[in-house]
Amino acid sequence: MATLTLQDIKKSFGATAVLHGVDLDVQDGEMIVIVGASGCGKSTLLRIVAGLETETSGEVLIAGQSMKGLEPADRDVAMVFQNYALYPHMSVFQNMAYGLKIRRMPKDEIVRRVDQAAALLGIGHLLQRKPRELSGGQRQRVAMGRAIVREPKLFLFDEPLSNLDAKLRVELRAEIRRLQRRLGVTSLFVTHDQVEAMTLGDRLVVMNAGRAAQIATPMEIWERPADTYVAGFIGSPSMNLLHATLEAGGGAAILDAGGLRLPFADGPRAGAAGRKLTIGVRPEHLRLGEGGLGVMVELVEPLGGESVLHGKLADGTPLTARLPGARYGDGPMQLMLPPELLHVFDGETGKRIEAGG
Amino acid sequence: MAASDRPHENAVDIGILADRTRRRQRREKIVTHICLLVGILIFVFPIYLTLIGSTHDVNTIGRGDVPLLPGAEALHNYTQAWAAGGGRYMGVPAATMLTNSLIMALCVAVGKIAISLTSAYAVVFFRFPLRMVFFWLIFITLMLPVEVRIIPTIQVMVDMGLTNSMAGLVIPLIASATATLLFRQFFLTIPDEYVEAAKIDGAGPIRFFIDVVLPLSRTNIAALFVILFIYGWNQYLWPLLIVSDRSLETVVVGLTKMIGTGDQQNEWNVIMATAVFALLPPVAVVVFMQRWFVKGLTETEK
Repeated sequence: MATLTLQDIKKSFGATAVLHGVDLDVQDGEMIVIVGASGCGKSTLLRIVAGLETETSGEVLIAGQSMKGLEPADRDVAMVFQNYALYPHMSVFQNMAYGLKIRRMPKDEIVRRVDQAAALLGIGHLLQRKPRELSGGQRQRVAMGRAIVREPKLFLFDEPLSNLDAKLRVELRAEIRRLQRRLGVTSLFVTHDQVEAMTLGDRLVVMNAGRAAQIATPMEIWERPADTYVAGFIGSPSMNLLHATLEAGGGAAILDAGGLRLPFADGPRAGAAGRKLTIGVRPEHLRLGEGGLGVMVELVEPLGGESVLHGKLADGTPLTARLPGARYGDGPMQLMLPPELLHVFDGETGKRIEAGG
Repeated sequence: MAASDRPHENAVDIGILADRTRRRQRREKIVTHICLLVGILIFVFPIYLTLIGSTHDVNTIGRGDVPLLPGAEALHNYTQAWAAGGGRYMGVPAATMLTNSLIMALCVAVGKIAISLTSAYAVVFFRFPLRMVFFWLIFITLMLPVEVRIIPTIQVMVDMGLTNSMAGLVIPLIASATATLLFRQFFLTIPDEYVEAAKIDGAGPIRFFIDVVLPLSRTNIAALFVILFIYGWNQYLWPLLIVSDRSLETVVVGLTKMIGTGDQQNEWNVIMATAVFALLPPVAVVVFMQRWFVKGLTETEK
């Protein structure tokens, strides 16, 4: 158990810069999920913490100690890999015990720890099997067991659930969360799945092109995304982003498509009239109502209790809405944008603009 | 009415069809077995002749007869071949030659595997300057078989004073580009995650080699061992050139030396018996290691 601090981590492979300076402070026992599209540098960041890659500049501190020049084995971290990386010729017991054996731990202590971890994960009856005789979920449990027996300062998860089917993923997700809380080990969890990110993390790091776009709790990120990238990435279906301009006085935005006036409920935004804005509205916040936005619905996906509607605005901008019920058809429709649930971003930088800011 | 007829008609049709299928399958089986039998005859007949020849006295074959039934001299022939040898130069007993061949083939196979395992490990798992240069150097030697470099190799062996020694027989044959390449290809299929997991577990390169790479390679090692043992056993040119001391003679060289070209009559019975002795170790290796092959094939790992 320990804190983890990343100070301005930069990494380039040859001429390609992958990380442009990431700062992060992780509290003792906290679960941080690093989420982002593929190629955003999230795995590289994890591997730098593990010591499998060397940072080009910046510093990693675990429990306040600099990890500069330390081998992965000397960092006291344990890692769970996407494809489990269980040694195929060793039994489950040998796999879990291998790291301890190398550290020359006494035999009875190894047995005690492995038994304890196996009981915790419900894999006690599998200890003598080979990895190939296990199902995907069982393998993932063994991989976690291998990390747990080490009793490390830090757990590192590199997309551990992406090779599992949907049902198992949900099950193991909850299990990982319970285990992590119970053991209280500081953890970094890398994933590209935003649902995993929202449900697992105490805090999220949303990565975009080698930068941390936002570091905050899941609900903060959902309610107040820092920029249009985060806004579009978190939430499903993703947030609608509409071009607009600022009205004189800053009290409302005028949509480019159809000229609809959207007053700001929480106060005026700074800037000259005509400032380019991007207005974000989540599909589930749109409501049916006269005098709203004119949408031509092209596709309806009924999900039972609700429906997802895909349509286009007058100027061709796509729009998605999630509405309760299942009785919708194609064709023109009027949708209201609730003023208190609008997100306002700068049209050029994509950064969030708060009221008065 | 029509509907009630149909099931009946169908039953008849199906009976005929099933019958036809059965006959076709039997015909196919017969053809297959004839093909196999012809193949077996072609392969087995020379070996059968050798076996039969080794059971007659020297004059039966000497007369030009080709006996197809076993004779009564088996024990005598095999004892003479094992203990005394025969042929034009008389002298080297099969026991000595077989021991020499066995030591040589084992050393060549084990040495080749050890050298190529370690060099492939270095080329795949370590980053060092000129890594690819070394790899290509090994690769190019594939184009140079033993025969091409035989003259300089003999010179080197003479300078090192290794002629007429087991070391001289074995060492030049140990370097193996083929085995290195095979192991390299296999090592490349070992996922990076194993290496990384081992790093985090705290296993250094030697631990990783012994604990992970070697166990994963064991079926490849078994397969290569069979091939390389037979390669070493069948060496002819190199042992012929480097060894003149007859106590170091290998069985393949010894056999050819037993066959005279001049006016002296060949002791075919003893030669055949020696040939049978020479056959046994490679056959034993193949038969014994075959179980490993099957094991390796059925329990696919990774």
